[in-house]
Amino acid sequence: MAYEKALPQPTPETQEFWDGLKRHELRIQRCQDCDQFYFFPRPFCPAEGCRSLNVEWETVSGKGKLHTYVISERGFGPWADDAPYVIAVVELDEGPRMLTNLVGVEPDPKQLPADLPLEIFYDDVTDEVTLPKFQPVS
Amino acid sequence: MSRNSQEYSHKVAIVGASETETVGKLPDRSMLQLHAESAILALADAGLTIDDVDGVATAGPTPAQLTEYLNIIPRWIDGTAVGGGSFLMHVGHAVAAIQAGYCDVVLVTHGESGRSGVGVGGRGAAPSTIAGQFETPYGTWGPPSMFSVPIVRHMHEYGTTEEQMAEIAVATRKWAELNPRAMMRDPITVDDVLNSRLIAWPLHLLNCCLVTDGGGALVLVGEERAKDFPKDPVWVLGRGEAAAHTLISQMRDMTEWTAAVQTGKDAFEMAGMTHQDIQHAMFYDAFTHVPMYALEALGFVKPGEGGPYFAEGHTAPGGDFPMNTNGGGLSYTHTGMYGMFAIMESVTQLRGEAGARQIEDLHTSMVHAPAGMFSGTSTLILGND
Ligand SMILES: [Zn+2]
Repeated sequence: MAYEKALPQPTPETQEFWDGLKRHELRIQRCQDCDQFYFFPRPFCPAEGCRSLNVEWETVSGKGKLHTYVISERGFGPWADDAPYVIAVVELDEGPRMLTNLVGVEPDPKQLPADLPLEIFYDDVTDEVTLPKFQPVS
Repeated sequence: MSRNSQEYSHKVAIVGASETETVGKLPDRSMLQLHAESAILALADAGLTIDDVDGVATAGPTPAQLTEYLNIIPRWIDGTAVGGGSFLMHVGHAVAAIQAGYCDVVLVTHGESGRSGVGVGGRGAAPSTIAGQFETPYGTWGPPSMFSVPIVRHMHEYGTTEEQMAEIAVATRKWAELNPRAMMRDPITVDDVLNSRLIAWPLHLLNCCLVTDGGGALVLVGEERAKDFPKDPVWVLGRGEAAAHTLISQMRDMTEWTAAVQTGKDAFEMAGMTHQDIQHAMFYDAFTHVPMYALEALGFVKPGEGGPYFAEGHTAPGGDFPMNTNGGGLSYTHTGMYGMFAIMESVTQLRGEAGARQIEDLHTSMVHAPAGMFSGTSTLILGND
């Protein structure tokens, strides 16, 4: 069955992020001057006081922690059958935070304490797109 | 700040203000019609007509769509459109524009067919935008699924509870009971909030604002003319504004509304005031936790003390810090960009026109509203002395 949910359309500065996911690699950028990782992809370091143009892509661990989340009790359109589902912010071990969904865990606050260790799950939703979802570390 | 913003305080006043004749469910009016209706009523409130306007600010439609509809060519326009707090920013910008001589009579309008959707364009992020790439693919579907994301972190760091957030809805409903225009006026309890349908845990239905139709408009002039109108002027004493991010994942600290920290400081500095000087607050309540974050970021309580503060009843009728006295977005009305109604209630209170919910001996009011979902904010300090 065709995937009907919204899909990202990469732009020049985000292409490597999406290409990496297709290869099941989490690729984010790191500033070569201040050493900090950042997300979302941009061609310069967003860190206050740095803003360096000297940035490189790196493959990171895919490990992180559950920073915060909501449990959506409603799902619209193609999400109707998914509710309840977890919309979460994961804090990667390398520092940056990103929005994601949790998989492999009940959408129940008792199962989802803050700072729960998570690892990436590469969700190949179409031939073209892999979404970075997260699951509790097994 | 390179120049002393206090020079701009108490120099521009709101001399006309009106909402649409009714708010709530208005399927017989388009979005632009709601702008025009409130514009005409606000101008009439000041004894003026559309022909007197030479400055226009709005969000929703573009300024050109509004000037086309009103058939005017103003000398100054502002189309800052960053969500619910846009109109607070327009007021701040108008203070500078009027003093710069760019224009003399500024009209700020809001109208939104938020419930009925008459004459409204499409929504949703295109797939190549930042939100379309890094938010929408994960099933976000609107403010209840995004504005709510930081709450769990606040609960984790500070022990904030669902009960405390429910108290905010209860206190606000008590004000709505005193406002005959409010959509929801039946008393509610903490249990009612906690037992209402889950929308996006930890948000229940009664933690969420209404979805309504309506509009409002303001007329501002400089101090030379401010006392020549039928109603006493409501002075703009302080303002602050900031924009920070659009993605909720990019909020710098999930427990602090960082942009609001700045706008509060700027507004206090311009007004030459401190927290003790503020007698009344309109802190935009799209959801119960939003005024809680604002209260902390603006420095009225310490970080983490917001939940207990609301639970103690300070903001309810009879409390020492009356807040959201029209019944708020939670119980009065919420068209989508509610900030105009927050300003309107401050004006109504400062004019002494609030009827059963009037705060006695009131001279100062603070209005605060988000730009997007914790993305930015705007703060105003208004006064009637
Ligand atoms: Zn850097």
